Amino acid sequence: MFTSLYNLAHWLTQNPQEAEDLLQETYLKALKGFGSFQPGTNFRSWIYRILRNTFLTSRSGLNAKMTEPLDWEEGSSMPIEADTPETLLLARADRQLVQDALERLPVPFREVILLCDMEEMGYQEIAESLGIPIGTVMSRLSRARKTLRELIAVELRRTAK
Amino acid sequence: MSCDWSVKLDRYVDDELSAGELTEFQEHLAGCAACAAGALSRLQLKRMTQAAGQRFRPPVDLRKKIEKSISERSGPSWFRRWVPALAVAAAAVLMMVSAAIWLRYARGEQTVGELADLHVATLASTNPVDVVSTDRHTVKPWFQGKLPFTFNLPELQDSPFKLIGGSVAYFQQSPGAHLLFELRKHRISVFIFQNRGGAGWPNPGLSSPSDLTFSSETWTNGGLRYFVIGDCNRSDLDNLRKLFESAAGH
Repeated sequence: MFTSLYNLAHWLTQNPQEAEDLLQETYLKALKGFGSFQPGTNFRSWIYRILRNTFLTSRSGLNAKMTEPLDWEEGSSMPIEADTPETLLLARADRQLVQDALERLPVPFREVILLCDMEEMGYQEIAESLGIPIGTVMSRLSRARKTLRELIAVELRRTAK
Repeated sequence: MSCDWSVKLDRYVDDELSAGELTEFQEHLAGCAACAAGALSRLQLKRMTQAAGQRFRPPVDLRKKIEKSISERSGPSWFRRWVPALAVAAAAVLMMVSAAIWLRYARGEQTVGELADLHVATLASTNPVDVVSTDRHTVKPWFQGKLPFTFNLPELQDSPFKLIGGSVAYFQQSPGAHLLFELRKHRISVFIFQNRGGAGWPNPGLSSPSDLTFSSETWTNGGLRYFVIGDCNRSDLDNLRKLFESAAGH
């Protein structure tokens, strides 16, 4: 849990020192507000929500763009590669390239992907963690993945040149 | 992608379809190449993100630093005040340890599910294999230079199995061999990867997960992890396994 929270904190802040500060503040707030945690409810969602809210009020959180970009709405995507099946394209991407693409994602997209794919949270748990309706989780996740695929494709094309 | 079912692809790869929807969708996948390809690419991306996301580890002294900071800010009265809360926290930690053990098992099931998806996607493809041959002496050399390991293919002359061919498969960002066999009218996939012993691999011998209609079997041999998946009887998969094991010299 500690390692996992630090990893998420680092992905949010993109800075090791700020990740440490964020984690420390999260633990302090969690202990202070432990009375608000209801046994039987999801502990992981509860503590992630504290981490996220703390991030949002931090300097890097205030600087981060927390709104979903409108120009990445459905239907406005770039074609990936007309002549390369997507599975083959993705197979060419290495871990570093995926990490670079994840870093370039807007924070709302990055966090929903990480919670779903890395933390293996279900949609309901993500909805609780982010404080958004489950329908928004699904649409945001879909758009986030589409954007991630596009960023990977762009990066692959760039490195191929 | 024009298929109406494609809206369910994300929920399929995230295991968020209800049991009824899942059965319907799996039937659809077997006949829709577009959705099968969509499912495959989504699974691929999900696995890549999962691996790429595990990136940052806390400095070794951070935990102590935070504990110290908490005790300094809270003072001695903090301990007395939070003893009940700490008891609850300890219970929560225990619950999470149990959850981690469960998760390890669930991930094993998920691995088999993902390989079953690869199998289905292959069957739906118009070109299911990249090397088409019934001759093991043609198929095995084809993998030279494509995989960081080698393996033996069994002699099938006196068996009911027929080799169709093979291709390179990617699973959890590692290349492996995907071999396709035919038994009567059934198609069976055999996947061979390097055995990394990670939390995501199911236990050897794991039988079919309850929510899969496929039979599957997995074992390790000589540093390699084998998976057999198909819609035939488990006894048939056992026979294929024995053939592979004898080919590997066991």
